Amino acid sequence: MARIELDLAHAYKPNPRRDEDYALLPLKMTFENGGAYALLGPSGCGKTTLLNIVSGLVRPSQGKVLFDGVDVTARTPQQRNIAQVFQFPVIYDTMTVAENLAFPLRNRGVPADRIASRVGRVAEMLELSGQLDRRAAGLAADAKQKISLGRGLVREDVSAVLFDEPLTVIDPHLKWQLRRKLKQIHHELKLTLIYVTHDQVEALTFAEQVVVMTRGRAVQIGSASDLFERPQHTFVGHFIGSPGMNFLRATVVDREIEVAGRRVAAAGAALFAVDACTLGVRPEYVTLADVGAAGAVPAVVTQAQDIGTYWLVTGRVGAVNGDDGALVRARLAPNQAIPKAGDAVWFGIVGPHTCYYRDEQRIEGAVA
Amino acid sequence: MELKLERVEQRVGAEVHLYPLDIALVPLAVTVLLGATQAGKTSLMRVMAGLDKPFQGRILADGADVTGMPVRERNVAMVYQQFINYPSMTVAANIASPLRLRGEKGIDERVRALAAKLHIEPFLDRLPAELSGGQQQRVALARALAKDAPLMLLDEPLVNLDYKLREELRDELAQLFAAGRSTVVYATTEPTEALLLGGHTAVLDAGQLLQYGPTAEVFHRPQSIRVARAFSDPPMNLVAGTAAADGVALGDGLTLRRALLAGASSALTVGIRAGALRVRPRDGDVALAGRVELAEISGSDTFVHVDSRIGPLVAQLTGVHTFNLGEPVTLHLDPQHAYVFDQTGALLLAPH
Repeated sequence: MARIELDLAHAYKPNPRRDEDYALLPLKMTFENGGAYALLGPSGCGKTTLLNIVSGLVRPSQGKVLFDGVDVTARTPQQRNIAQVFQFPVIYDTMTVAENLAFPLRNRGVPADRIASRVGRVAEMLELSGQLDRRAAGLAADAKQKISLGRGLVREDVSAVLFDEPLTVIDPHLKWQLRRKLKQIHHELKLTLIYVTHDQVEALTFAEQVVVMTRGRAVQIGSASDLFERPQHTFVGHFIGSPGMNFLRATVVDREIEVAGRRVAAAGAALFAVDACTLGVRPEYVTLADVGAAGAVPAVVTQAQDIGTYWLVTGRVGAVNGDDGALVRARLAPNQAIPKAGDAVWFGIVGPHTCYYRDEQRIEGAVA
Repeated sequence: MELKLERVEQRVGAEVHLYPLDIALVPLAVTVLLGATQAGKTSLMRVMAGLDKPFQGRILADGADVTGMPVRERNVAMVYQQFINYPSMTVAANIASPLRLRGEKGIDERVRALAAKLHIEPFLDRLPAELSGGQQQRVALARALAKDAPLMLLDEPLVNLDYKLREELRDELAQLFAAGRSTVVYATTEPTEALLLGGHTAVLDAGQLLQYGPTAEVFHRPQSIRVARAFSDPPMNLVAGTAAADGVALGDGLTLRRALLAGASSALTVGIRAGALRVRPRDGDVALAGRVELAEISGSDTFVHVDSRIGPLVAQLTGVHTFNLGEPVTLHLDPQHAYVFDQTGALLLAPH
């Protein structure tokens, strides 16, 4: 196992100049020994490039990769001692489940008794013990993918195990069980795990630390609750959560934050010198407020949807002649009077969970 | 359009794909076909479109029998899971194709308006292959809308897109459907998608049409365990119980206090939606102690899998909550928020 440090950038073409020329913009990042990480972002965000740089499949066009302080930038995945699990099962159909699991160990000349005990342990963790003597050929896709996971996890001496969307072929009903397995295995084996996915459930459930990426940039590294409660970048607010965070234009006048012509909060020192910012509040934290309440703005409801366990109420805020204002979504518990389309309401948008942004970055100390 | 299916049955060889069913689609509204893979959604849609002739039964469009009439003679627009466009034609030409076929006037203007609606105006001169998946599906949708057909069928149109794109496009589609120009049929495997689209929902399972009604009503009052199962994500928690004097005995000495109707069977099933379980107690709750198996975090919700005193349960908590594997936890349930089904799986009681 290794502590992995990255200080690099990557462009697929020579002489990158603009941000768009980079698949990965310059970044510094450390994966601690034994940690569980996820790289999360939409397609084209650079997460797979980053994974391939860690494994050694891609050499960064600038900078370096350190494993336990040693520069491994020029080394192959094998030299780096990396285990990988891919989207689709990579196994030998003609071998038994046990032989498949043993393969990475046998390849490296691990003694037979050691192989047997390690294969037994991994098989037990993945609930494959009953199938060890069966040929892999006859198994269903999800059982095969479990073998792939097992092969990735079977070696104790790996620097890290890398997963590239490993649950793609798994039936939705089985996914949570495998997620649980992966978490348990991480607790037991204490391997460094890095997991690439575009699925927030996968990333947030699996990882202790999630790296959120967009357009070649890692915009935040944090726990699930960091990303939910304190998105450091507007992209994180938008991308995490369904629907994502609401954003509203705000102005700063006489050290007061104004939204849609209403003073909603007293500005903190960080906003004394600026005249505008963006207020961000998640639908989970928008409330129905009394007329004229502190921290609330008037809205006209455009849609009220019964989503079964809660209501999603959308309202337009700040529409004045020629300006459409912005849509704000509120996720409301069903145990209250729910407004309907066309109703005039007040949305409470300021509270301990409200964030403020400038140039897409969160501002600390925005409110007094 | 008023589309009505009477005793429609579909077989392929000896295999039954659809058991005899009747449905009259609510005109000029969205009907969601909800069901797992293989439930019969695509078979039903193909019959509605005229792509396949049913084995039995009649299809009536605005009262006229169109059973067996091929799709090209019917005015139907379809959108599939895969992004299907003409690869050698520009985006503009793709969208214009149904209009050109009909020799319509003012095509450029119409194409531009549709492209604007679906946010693909900047790409009108490009080829589909130069666009992202989401943009390609928007082109296919724009072409289907250009057709302005009285019946529009969409077979899991968003399934191959990233979830954020799905969210965005679903919203836009819901708005377009709300204009009420066509009767829309939309197939999905996802209960939440059905709820977000609203309209009416037809629940399908193993080739059978189980229930059809306003979406929220079907969700809140599923007529059977099968409907409840198909229309709950995460799956509804189902716990076996027996009728007792003061409610339903759940085992482990626990009773769910609920007034049962006279004549209820003795063997019952209690259904608990994940969202009905809380970690914070209220007066009158039943307490369900257990241990955390896993907390899945979706971004807006945390789904806590608990091995409880009455069996495995999943609770849905708003926001992000962290639990350690194996941690003790007590879930709380208001007995009025539970469903009760009889031994045949039919709904006896829904939450108040």
